[in-house]
This record gives sequence, C-alpha cells and structure tokens, in this order.
Amino acid sequence: MEAIIETKQLSHIYSAGTPFERGALVDVDFTAYKGEYLGIIGHTGSGKSTLIQHLNGLLKPTSGQVLFQGQDIWSDPKLTRFTRFQVGLVFQYPEYQLFEETVYNDIAFGPKNMGLDEKEIDRRVREAAYFVGLRDDQLDKSPFELSGGQKRRVAIAGVIAMEPKVLILDEPTAGLDPVGVESILGNIRDYHQVHNATIILVSHSMEEVARTVDRLVVVNDGRIPFHGTPREVFQHGGELERMGLGVPQMTRVFHRLRNMGVDIDPSVYTIDQAKEAILRKLRSGKGAV
Amino acid sequence: MALKDITLGQYFPGNSLVHRLDPRTKLIAVVLYIVALFLAKYFVTYAIMFGVLALSIAISHVPLKSILRGLKPVLFIAIFTAVLNLFYTTGTHVLVHFWIFTITLEGVFQAFFMVVRIMMLISGTFLLTYTTSPILLTDGLESLLNPLKKIKVPVHELAMMMSIALRFIPTLIEETDKIMSAQRARGADFESGNLIQRAKALIPLLVPLFISAFRRADELAVAMECRCYHGGEGRTRLRQLRYRGIDYMTIAFFLVVTAAVFVLARFGL
Repeated sequence: MEAIIETKQLSHIYSAGTPFERGALVDVDFTAYKGEYLGIIGHTGSGKSTLIQHLNGLLKPTSGQVLFQGQDIWSDPKLTRFTRFQVGLVFQYPEYQLFEETVYNDIAFGPKNMGLDEKEIDRRVREAAYFVGLRDDQLDKSPFELSGGQKRRVAIAGVIAMEPKVLILDEPTAGLDPVGVESILGNIRDYHQVHNATIILVSHSMEEVARTVDRLVVVNDGRIPFHGTPREVFQHGGELERMGLGVPQMTRVFHRLRNMGVDIDPSVYTIDQAKEAILRKLRSGKGAV
Repeated sequence: MALKDITLGQYFPGNSLVHRLDPRTKLIAVVLYIVALFLAKYFVTYAIMFGVLALSIAISHVPLKSILRGLKPVLFIAIFTAVLNLFYTTGTHVLVHFWIFTITLEGVFQAFFMVVRIMMLISGTFLLTYTTSPILLTDGLESLLNPLKKIKVPVHELAMMMSIALRFIPTLIEETDKIMSAQRARGADFESGNLIQRAKALIPLLVPLFISAFRRADELAVAMECRCYHGGEGRTRLRQLRYRGIDYMTIAFFLVVTAAVFVLARFGL
C-alpha cells in the first residue's frame, strides 16, 4: 500500500524552555495509507490531538518530519498551506467554530480560502451539504438556529467542502445520541467510499472504532505502543486496560472465557464475530467447559 | 500555542512565608510599598526599597527568572520614559549639548531612577499575584473594601465579578487557541495581509469566541442559581480570613519602612 501521510521521528514539546515544559510526542513514526479507514485511539492527554495537528501542519514539530505524499510539509510555506487543504481536520465539538450568517457561507469558507471560482464553490457546498444530510432549505438559515447535531453536520460539511484527500475527525460523535452517532459515521463512510479518501478517526471509544476502522493505531504517553487491525490490537487486552483504554465488551467477555479455561479465540470484537466463534466452538464438539 | 505562554500575573503555588500571609496583609503591604516607592528620592531611599523587594522575593521562593520574565513586556515603556526624562529634565550640570537636545546630570539620574521605580513597581505587584491565588486575592479585596458597603458600593458583587473574570481568562485563551486552529485548518490566515485584511480575518475568530463566552456566562449563571447564589447578603465563607502575629509584624514592618523613606526623602537622600 502507498503511504499518504508519514511522520518520521516526530517529537513535540510544549512550552519548551519554561518550567511548564512537557513532551507530548516522543519519536513517533506514524503512517496512514492511501484510501484506508484508520482509527487513532488513546485516552485524554495521550498525545493523539497533538499528533493529528501535526498531520496538516497546524503544529510545527519540535524535531522530526511530517511527510505528505512523500514531501516534507515544512520545507516550503506554500506546501504547508497546500497540505492544510489536502488534509482536512475536523476538531472536537466543531460546532463552536461556526461564524457566518448562513449555513451556505459557513460551508463555503474553506473553498473560498482555497481561491476557487464561484461555480466550483457552489458545487462543493451543495455536495458537502448532501453528504452530511442537510436539506437545501437549511442552507439559507443562520447556523445558530440549528440544533446541536445539525450544527455539527454543518461544521463537518465545512471541511468536506475542501474535498481533502485525507479527512481527520477528532471525536466526531462526542455528545451525540445513538441515532446521531450512526448517521454521522454513515456520512463519513460515504465520503470515504465516493472520494476514495483516507479517513482518520480519533476516538477514545473502543466500541465505536472497532466497528468502523480497517486499522487501529494506539497512542499512549506520546508514543505508539502498537498498531494493526482491530483484531491484532485487541490481543493486547491487558496492556490496553492498563493504559485506561479497555477493549470492546465482546472482547472482554471472550478474554474472560479464555482465562476460565475455555479454548476459544479471544480476538473477537463484534457480536457477529462472537456468534461465529461460539458456533464454531460448539460444532467442533465437546468444549472443555 | 504562543497564547498559552503569556504570564498574566500567574499564581505560583508554594508554601513560603509570603504565600501563607493573609491576602489582606499582602494587599496593604503592596499599597504601602508603592507609596514608599513614590516617596523615594535618591540612592539611600531607593536602596532601602530595593532591599525590601529583594528580601520579599527571597522569602517567597518565587524563582527570580519568572519575575524577570514578567518585566519584559514593560521594558519598552520603561525605556521610553527613561529617554523622555533624559532629554527633558532641566538642570545645572550639562553633560552633552547638541542641536536642541541637552543632557544634564540631573536628567541621567532622573532617567535611571524612573526605570528603577517602574521595574520595582511591577516586580512588587507581580510578587503579590505570584504568591496569592486569585480567589484569595478577591476575598482579601472584598474584606478590605467592606466599609464601602455603608455608602452603597456593591463590594461583594464587584469582587465576585472580578474573581469570575480572572477565572475565565485561561479558559478564554484556550478557547481562542482552539478556534484559531480550527479556522486555520479551513485555510484562514491570521498572519499576513494589510491592516484591513487582518482585521477582517479576525471575524471567524471573534464571532465564535463571543458566542461561546455568552453561552458560558449563561451556563454559569444557571449553575450559580441552582446552588442558591443570591449575592453577598448573609453568605458565609469556607475560608475565613484571619490575621495572625506574622501579619501584624509584616504590616508594622512596611509602615516603618514607609515612614523611614518619607523622613529620609525629606532630607534629600
């Protein structure tokens, strides 16, 4: 697979040279591949927010490199700006960044900054609004008249309208009800499939990440202790729990079963997989329960 | 990130003698210190004031580095005043004279003392905010201003507003940082362009900031009412302020210093 974003020996220290100095990232080698759906998981303060802000050039590394399509994004100011548009970043609670008079104008803010012409901006705004499920008549409303969930859709559309090759979302479902969570995750998946874009989903909820991503990167204490498919990562159940992350409920049940002496595959993380595993176990005959 | 590095009279937690003084004592001491500083006239009196400041800093265990860092922003004002004093002080001992400028020995001294005075003024007040948490500071202020309630000054409300304002400075700075990053991620440019372009670029920052400030104010008001807040009338305190022996000694010390400086300055020292 071809890498789209890479970091090489990336370190970041906040407030360097003052008594408040603290390292947020330490020699991080991170890779996101073209077209993959990647999850980044870590608890609050692990450095995951610092990491993603490096990926689109909002933060400058204290040492190390950030490569976008093989080029160091800090080698040229033009390239840094270009990367910001190519790597879209949706912050946590993005609804608090809305400022325009109408929803339409707010979504158009990014494309306008890219210097696109009116026609292209219009196309992108409407397409982005469609992706997040906003109706046409909502485009002329003030964003402040909308509900919290709708505001969040507008904010996400504002980043999607830049049509980034990589879309990074920091806890996009935080504080939403279950229906809202499902629909936002669906919107993101649609964008992923239609544009063949790379998606990086940041979360602290194992359940959510496990259901959606192809590959998982765990961030802890400014380092990446392990990464791989959810199945591979969940095999480190004990270590994850010590990091305060925990594993999905299903995985926990199966780990427990195994500890009780049942010879069963502990790397399942969805109900379907659990069903499969149990059926397989039962069919294979007399389990040693 | 640069925004976070601003030291705006930051509190430096500690357990030194200065930290443990009653906030009212420290407020009174700082006022006396400032008065004495303005009474000081010449080397002897300034030396006394410098000694008092140095002693206070030493006892407080606040690192000298952080005090000096706080002085940096006022350096410009200090130098500006010094230059003005240097050229505009008239005197008899002319040192240099060219075109319309005259530098006198008196001017040099005046400029030097002015810089020293400003620096010591700032360091002294910084020491107060470094060693006193904002909450204690407003508690102390409220208690000192209490007599003004007799003439219908809303002392408690003012103190409450002040502590809320102080409490929200770091929150707002953090919020500004966050919104700035979010808008930069959408290609906003805060750094380049002429003055008008830069002012315009602030709209995407200021609108969300104001909205969130109002939202926070609203939420805070509701939360306070839920806990039955209804102004200062009959409100009791968790932390009772109480003067101890050391407080009386500190105030006495500062009174003596101020009186001494007053007398010595009379003799032109």
